[in-house]
Amino acid sequence: MSWAIAAIVVAMFVHTLFSTTTRFGQNGTQPRFEWHLIFQYLFNRVFVFGAFITIILTAAAMIVGVALGIGLASMRLSKFGVFRVSAALYVWFFRGTPVWTQLVFWGNLAYLYPTISVGFPFMHSFESWSMNSFETNFFLVAIIALGLNEGAYMAEIVRGGILVVDHGQVEAASSLGMGRALAFRRIILPQAMRSIIPPTGNETISMLKTTALVAPVLGAVSILGIKTGDLNEAALNIYSSNYHTIPVLMVAALWYLFLTSILSVAQYFIERHYGRGFVTTSHKRVRRSLRATIQEVPR
Amino acid sequence: MSAPHLVEARQVHKHFGRLEVLKGINLTVERGEVTCLLGPSGSGKSTFLRCINHLEKIDGGELLVDGQHVGYQRKGNKLYELSDARISRHRAEIGMVFQRFNLFPHLTVLENITLAPTKVLNQGSSVVVARALALLDRVGLADKAGSYPSQLSGGQQQRVAIARALCMEPKLLLFDEPTSALDPELVGDVLDVMKSLANDGMTMIVVTHEIGFAREVADTAYFMDHGVIVESGKPQDVLVNPRTDRLREFLGQVL
Repeated sequence: MSWAIAAIVVAMFVHTLFSTTTRFGQNGTQPRFEWHLIFQYLFNRVFVFGAFITIILTAAAMIVGVALGIGLASMRLSKFGVFRVSAALYVWFFRGTPVWTQLVFWGNLAYLYPTISVGFPFMHSFESWSMNSFETNFFLVAIIALGLNEGAYMAEIVRGGILVVDHGQVEAASSLGMGRALAFRRIILPQAMRSIIPPTGNETISMLKTTALVAPVLGAVSILGIKTGDLNEAALNIYSSNYHTIPVLMVAALWYLFLTSILSVAQYFIERHYGRGFVTTSHKRVRRSLRATIQEVPR
Repeated sequence: MSAPHLVEARQVHKHFGRLEVLKGINLTVERGEVTCLLGPSGSGKSTFLRCINHLEKIDGGELLVDGQHVGYQRKGNKLYELSDARISRHRAEIGMVFQRFNLFPHLTVLENITLAPTKVLNQGSSVVVARALALLDRVGLADKAGSYPSQLSGGQQQRVAIARALCMEPKLLLFDEPTSALDPELVGDVLDVMKSLANDGMTMIVVTHEIGFAREVADTAYFMDHGVIVESGKPQDVLVNPRTDRLREFLGQVL
């Protein structure tokens, strides 16, 4: 039975694969995917730069997001009410408004506030800076916007991970004289990482594609005299001038798939690192215990 | 100059919401003594133990370890809770062994033992590691230094937990039902380690259901019920010739 299903699935898959190059029943080829263009554009400089920008933006935004998330989560769990409330408000606001809107806001910050000052609220200010350079700084604006937004999501992921850690761990750490900060860093966080990593992998992969929102808001950047943006912007630039929309977008898709694959491998190793000391629940073991449970059900 | 008693509790009160779990506990523990707290579940004995190292706050009375309020500072007639850092300093001098071991699962046995002495007491790692290995040898687990807790049996984990507490060189060791989560055949090894500690003069307060252990090792036994101490004295007297019906009934149930 399972062999028959496997055969059908494989046949469908292979048919779909061939359908991108061959027209069945018409003895012809399928030209509309324009595979030759895909290979022609795959390592085009615009795409290579685009991939570079996508990687930089993703990495930087995630670093800001994770750091912010850890900070916000520990504020949420603090014994000081001011910290708890401000962290909750932050998450409420940044998770509750569209990331697109946030990008536009940060992109227009220099318009809203031409100068920025440091001082006491409503009173004296010590120092003022012009925001001109902020307006034109593509990377800075993008990383702030995406990072602050990601921080809200990461805060909830980190908080969830911390809540999973057995309370006995905190008590054991306290009874050994560890302060809150030391216990958090050495005992709680490393254990919370086990449940923080998988959703963080999701967030990183999602961020990889969210970076596509940056260029439409902030415009393109120039690298080595070439006007470019992230991967998606690279595709847009090319197909809007040559109208080969599908093959050019497929090049971008292949790049995204490639980057996602690398991230998945990295995630596997990070999960293994933080899983040390814990009895591993391999997929095989889960399947075996599921089967055992099913067999125990009386018929 | 040291205080007359290592532990002194005067009229300790504690409530969770409206439920009063400790209704005025008076108790003293001398240096080098083994004290056993017995009683049915819900009698408040574990709560009292947790008050001693300030895992629970007390709501009334006084609780002194070596002449100092744990977690509090006296100003005039009032007690004020200390800062986290100072509470931690008090706790570092009091070891605790939990019912469910609470070893750190992401650290090896050796790391479990050495983390607090190096990070809290700021002792050099070579000194601490040597001491940790000696302690592991003492609890019969010299070959398990590199193992993770999940690779050990419950009895082995509890003995690591004892070594972890000992490596802080505490002046007092608290045991919260240390053998209650163990399979019966593993209880003996843990009790043996505790007996040898008692023989070496370690001051210990043990919440336990092991009447045999209490009778053999304890200098003083306290029987608690509904948040009060019902009987106390030499275990040979209290546990052999109970004066109250309540203790007689309890001993009948657990023996």
